Amino acid sequence: MVSPILELKNINKSFGHVQANKNINLKITQGTIHGIIGENGAGKSTLMSIVYGLYQADSGTISVSGKEIKLKSPRDSIESGIGMVHQHFMLVENFTVIENIVLGFEGEFVFGEKLKKAKQDLKNLCDTYKLNIDLDSVISDLSVGFRQRVEILKSLYRGAEIFILDEPTGVLTPQEVDELFKILRSLKEEGKTIVLITHKLNEIMDLTSEVSVMRQGEVVGHTKTTDTNKEKLAEMMVGRSVLLRLNKAEAKLGDVVFKVENLTVKDDLGVTRVKNVNLEIRSGEILGLAGVTGNGQTELLEALSGIRKVESGTIYLNDEKISDKDNLLDPRELKEKGLAHVPEDRQRMGLVTDFKAYENLIFGYHDQEPYSKSSILKDNDILSYSKKVMEEYDVRPRSPQLITSNFSGGNQQKIILSRELNENPKILLVGQPTRGVDIGAIEFIHQRLIDMRDKGAAILLVSVELDEVLSLSDRILVMFDGNIVGERINKDVTDRELGLLMAGVA
Amino acid sequence: MVAAVDKSKVPWWVSNLIVPLVNLTLALLVSALFIFIAGENPIQAVKLIIYGSFGYLDGFAYTLYYTTNFVFTGLAFAVAFHCRLFNIGGEGQAYIGGLGVFLVAINVSFLPVPIVWLLAIAGAVVFGAAWAFIPAYLQAKRGSHVVITTIMFNFIASSLMVFLLVDVIRDMKQMGPHTVALPKEIWFPTFKEFAALFGIKIRYSPLNISFLLAIAASFFVWFLVWKTKWGYEMRAVGHNTQAAIYAGISPYKNIIIAMCISGGLAGLLGINEILGVHHKIVAGFPAGYGFTGIAVALMGRNHPIGIFPAAFLFGILYQGGSEVTFDMPNITRYMFVAVQGVIILFSGALENLFRPQIESFFVNTLNRKAKI
Repeated sequence: MVSPILELKNINKSFGHVQANKNINLKITQGTIHGIIGENGAGKSTLMSIVYGLYQADSGTISVSGKEIKLKSPRDSIESGIGMVHQHFMLVENFTVIENIVLGFEGEFVFGEKLKKAKQDLKNLCDTYKLNIDLDSVISDLSVGFRQRVEILKSLYRGAEIFILDEPTGVLTPQEVDELFKILRSLKEEGKTIVLITHKLNEIMDLTSEVSVMRQGEVVGHTKTTDTNKEKLAEMMVGRSVLLRLNKAEAKLGDVVFKVENLTVKDDLGVTRVKNVNLEIRSGEILGLAGVTGNGQTELLEALSGIRKVESGTIYLNDEKISDKDNLLDPRELKEKGLAHVPEDRQRMGLVTDFKAYENLIFGYHDQEPYSKSSILKDNDILSYSKKVMEEYDVRPRSPQLITSNFSGGNQQKIILSRELNENPKILLVGQPTRGVDIGAIEFIHQRLIDMRDKGAAILLVSVELDEVLSLSDRILVMFDGNIVGERINKDVTDRELGLLMAGVA
Repeated sequence: MVAAVDKSKVPWWVSNLIVPLVNLTLALLVSALFIFIAGENPIQAVKLIIYGSFGYLDGFAYTLYYTTNFVFTGLAFAVAFHCRLFNIGGEGQAYIGGLGVFLVAINVSFLPVPIVWLLAIAGAVVFGAAWAFIPAYLQAKRGSHVVITTIMFNFIASSLMVFLLVDVIRDMKQMGPHTVALPKEIWFPTFKEFAALFGIKIRYSPLNISFLLAIAASFFVWFLVWKTKWGYEMRAVGHNTQAAIYAGISPYKNIIIAMCISGGLAGLLGINEILGVHHKIVAGFPAGYGFTGIAVALMGRNHPIGIFPAAFLFGILYQGGSEVTFDMPNITRYMFVAVQGVIILFSGALENLFRPQIESFFVNTLNRKAKI
């Protein structure tokens, strides 16, 4: 048998007490797409960072084509033919594609003849793999999908044989995902090897020929993709069986509780991001707002929750005008009127990550009884309340005194959700509730949102995860370039159709 | 490069005790080198410092007097810092606070003494806070950086006080830039009088009951920052302004509150200096305590429990240092300014120089022990 192109033997890595990788053994065959799937915090990214030379393993060996290599920095791994496409692209925004690619390459300046040759080489690569990139365009003019291709091209140019892609589809529309998959398949046909890290089961089933499942720092299973299915994989990831479809009763719609009329909102730079948006939400309804990141959802949520100024238009809560151009209730007043908000970016907005967990569990409600009285915080009451909700929401570890940044993403999200849901809001604005959250927690969070709906709350769900919008919402709006470009009842819509709307095509 | 340590695994005493102590030791070693180069014996100098600050009662009382000032200015800096405001204006706020003490005290001196004292304290706080309010307002509403404005306000305060002390409130019977003395009845009781009750005689000591006020202020700051909703909101704004806005906490309001409390605490320096020591406004009485307070706060990690010992350490250096300059002709007063500078450098600017190494060393050692 041919030796595998990439082989990891007994890789161990710990951070303090936490063992992120335990005795990992992995063989990746040349010319395949190999999936690595696991929950957040399962150790996938750590493992790949070791392979890419960003971290050093505590013990274990890495071999490429049967030859053991020492990886001290990404430079070593690039020399060994390993390329990585990060979740966040490492590109200089105001440089052209070609400038970004030759940047720092070969440790010398590339001018004149050399530049011409580089350009020709890059053109050839683009043609071979149908990347379709204009080498002279500036990165900031490119869409996310194209930026990702630039990253792939960069690795190709540097002679990569093995491509590691870390959650490559998180920021793409369904159409862009299709394009990416085509490129990955053509890479495979040319004999390149691809390691795809993801937590999306569909992608594994679509694309890979082999899959390794990680859980709690260990590889818990290897299998040929054809020998498995989504349910089995999910079970391996979580360690127990998981409900992939939600138990959801028919919505019992009540009156319109929340209404937005002709709302226009600008961002910090004065660019109009939300253009004349109208929407209504009834009690007992989940309204899903789908769209690719950056099409105005963020600004819309911020305006609705009183954080961002309204340029024109009116927002009503229970027929009472709460905000317009001249008058914006601040987030605290809105809370008192029964509006709760789970912000899109939990670390930037939803939490003070340097605070202890119990301090975040009352964040925004800290001046209300029973948490404080006459402006003095009642630590004992806050702590006993914190212990109770951490139990109820299964926040791990259950240590209210622990600094919040030490909790995993999913547990941080539970801290926010428990805080916002416990007030029994009439209207709940939720942004990306499960971004970076593991499957077990997703199931829990989705169930909580459905429970809230069934208790009569009106919920606006903003998510870039189409699956999430489809599985939770009763009605779906699609936002593109600041406009609502489509409204669909969930039952009669396909993800294809939504994808086209999200891309602004339909 | 040392790999980043998981912060949650670092025991509190490593980051809050060992690291500052290592920094301090390094600073002292470098200082010892200075003294050696200047041609004196560093060990002898240390002996003198210890004798000067602890060796006899007068000296120890001086140490505590300096400590009092550093506690006020250290706390002042710390409060603003919890809202991520770098208040460099303690010096000016203390100066103006002193003006408040004097103006209030001289105008209400007919009232019962404890009431005069309370009003004078209020005067110190209000004047200090008012001086901090202007930079705070400019920061909150106009985005003018407090580092720049507070430092400029130090100069303005200094010029303003010189003007007042020369042309307006000078004791016109003489030429020096100071005011008339406050009536003797309202002076703060001193340590000398206290000691006399026990039959202990000391020559002179500036230590007075302001020291108790410093202890009270430390409790106040601890309570304010960690136990009240104001402290909670200030810290929220300091750590994450975006999140504060999301939670309905106004950054504007909290910037102003934090700066005013900070200025008020700095103003209390005026109580120690005017009610306790000079009994009148003397030009330049804040004498750099406002600046040293920054180092005290940074070294004390902006917590009263840390600030108090850090202030005490600087008190030792001030008092012991002056002892050294008496006895060692090659060591000038400026030498000790340099020593302070080195301490500030190591415990402030280079605070994190060895932190990763020390923390990972302890985490690894503890891990190994745990495994055995």
